Amino acid sequence: MAILGAINPMLSVGLDGDNAWRLADYIKRGGYSALRRILGEQIPQGDVINEVKKSVLRGRGGAGFPTGLKWSFMPRSFPGDKYVVCNSDEGEPGTFKDRDILRYNPHSVIEGMAIAAYAMGAARGYNYIHGEVWEIYQRFEEALDEARSAGLLGTNILGSGFDFELFAHHGYGAYICGEETALLESIEGKKGQPRFKPPFPASFGLYGKPTTINNTETFASIPYIINLGGEHYLEAGKPNNGGTKLFSVSGHVNRPGNYEIPLGTSFATLLEMAGGMRAGRKLKGCIPGGSSAPVVPGATMMDCTMDYDSISKAGSMLGSGAVIVMDETTCMVKALERLSYFYYEESCGQCTPCREGTSWLYKVVHRIECGKGRADDLDLLSSVTTNIMGRTICALGDAASMPVQSFTKHYRDEFAYHIEHRKCLVPVDVQRAGSGFFTATV
Amino acid sequence: MLTSESLKRIDREIAKYPADQKQSAVMAALAIAQQERGWLSSEAIEFVAAYLGMAPIAAYEVASFYNMYDLKPVGKYKLSVCTNLPCMLTGGVDAGEYLKQKLGIGYNETTPDGLITLKEGECMGACGDAPVMIVNNRRMCSWMNPEQIDKLLAELK
Repeated sequence: MAILGAINPMLSVGLDGDNAWRLADYIKRGGYSALRRILGEQIPQGDVINEVKKSVLRGRGGAGFPTGLKWSFMPRSFPGDKYVVCNSDEGEPGTFKDRDILRYNPHSVIEGMAIAAYAMGAARGYNYIHGEVWEIYQRFEEALDEARSAGLLGTNILGSGFDFELFAHHGYGAYICGEETALLESIEGKKGQPRFKPPFPASFGLYGKPTTINNTETFASIPYIINLGGEHYLEAGKPNNGGTKLFSVSGHVNRPGNYEIPLGTSFATLLEMAGGMRAGRKLKGCIPGGSSAPVVPGATMMDCTMDYDSISKAGSMLGSGAVIVMDETTCMVKALERLSYFYYEESCGQCTPCREGTSWLYKVVHRIECGKGRADDLDLLSSVTTNIMGRTICALGDAASMPVQSFTKHYRDEFAYHIEHRKCLVPVDVQRAGSGFFTATV
Repeated sequence: MLTSESLKRIDREIAKYPADQKQSAVMAALAIAQQERGWLSSEAIEFVAAYLGMAPIAAYEVASFYNMYDLKPVGKYKLSVCTNLPCMLTGGVDAGEYLKQKLGIGYNETTPDGLITLKEGECMGACGDAPVMIVNNRRMCSWMNPEQIDKLLAELK
């Protein structure tokens, strides 16, 4: 089973069979009808973009930027080359939804990209796929072959005179390439270091040409929006938060996996769908939108609904919809230490505050975890984060800082205990039992 | 330096990009070279650069930036274990420790018989399957409890 549970789903409908990813199955469940209608009726580009605007689809990769608005930035009457690029470089810890979309419903992404290309006047596109998921990359290549053979990609698609070529680009292990301009550099065959903005990709993107980059789930939602109509799609969610979304639930739950729910569904419902807390333990904290999102204490989280506005009110971000659940067996210092190591390892090294700062953050949290923390370390961490944030080309510096700020704010006593007593507040054997590694059965 | 089969694969990658943008195929070409040769020597990187008509240093920059390229020899099997937070919560770190003990090596080390190199990987985008590990950058192994790890090690000969 692809998606473990759903409420009023769109993206995950009919994905049960082994061949659900194949073109024939996708067409059977209504696939490519949106593209067929747009090309058949020659619906004006502006109308397609308006439909997406009406849906209030917000970018599913993390930033939550309105997709229709982004598309309208493209100079669609510009005569030269233009590109649409799909960001499937899914490496934000906690996030694994795009992998399942590409694995079980790849044609929805291809159709969504073709519609986007039509609406923005692009003739070529790339899907940048995360390095670690080779099998998924291979499957996407196969899906592309199917679409080409069926005349759904290439020149003169469905006899409409519209041309669109789409290719897959395989990443090779760099978190930073999830940043859209780093991703473009990477497609150009360079180190994935983010570009200074402006100019934005809509005016200077891939190979210097106008380019729009959207997340996999964003593109995959487009056919459903065109078929349902923008307003109906919006109504499936809640105002300002259109549609359904996939949430990747990981950590201390009984059934980790992907769940598709309408935006605005309560966190408690999602947690219940994921089988509840392991061994009936208490929810200590939750990172609701991928590792870069600030951690939210358990009690606050239980009152949230899963949408951009509610999570933002709780002091965090919906981000990519990666819900990392931590129970009371978690040492919050160790959790933060691992995240800080990740950002230190993945900083591209271009901006000094991030390159040096992420190293400081890791080293200081590491020494607290190792029982060598100093009395003023929490102030030091705070000072390092404020010296990183807002002083870098891309958001990785902020992404490294927000976990540090939120963990040390909400679990300050635990950090203080660590520094004073030189050990974890949660006994090590309790942490170990919490992971379930030695007792798990599959 | 590379077999005609590898060159054919590289040519297929080059064809994905505009004719004047051959360099875009460098990531794929390096991956193909690594798959054939086991790791990327300076000679292999220079060969790829020449094949794509780019400066050797530009290809080296790419090879040293992305962490799935191996610039030093590795064992026949490279085992990358994810220990990032979501995996850690459900046994990723324990899985790494279990492997170290079983193999008698640490991270970034190779067993004396040259069979297995152990690496600590970063998020593989499969957190729901934790603990996860990847064999030779290609094969993802999910839900790796002690029993599954034992099975995998028995298979890697």
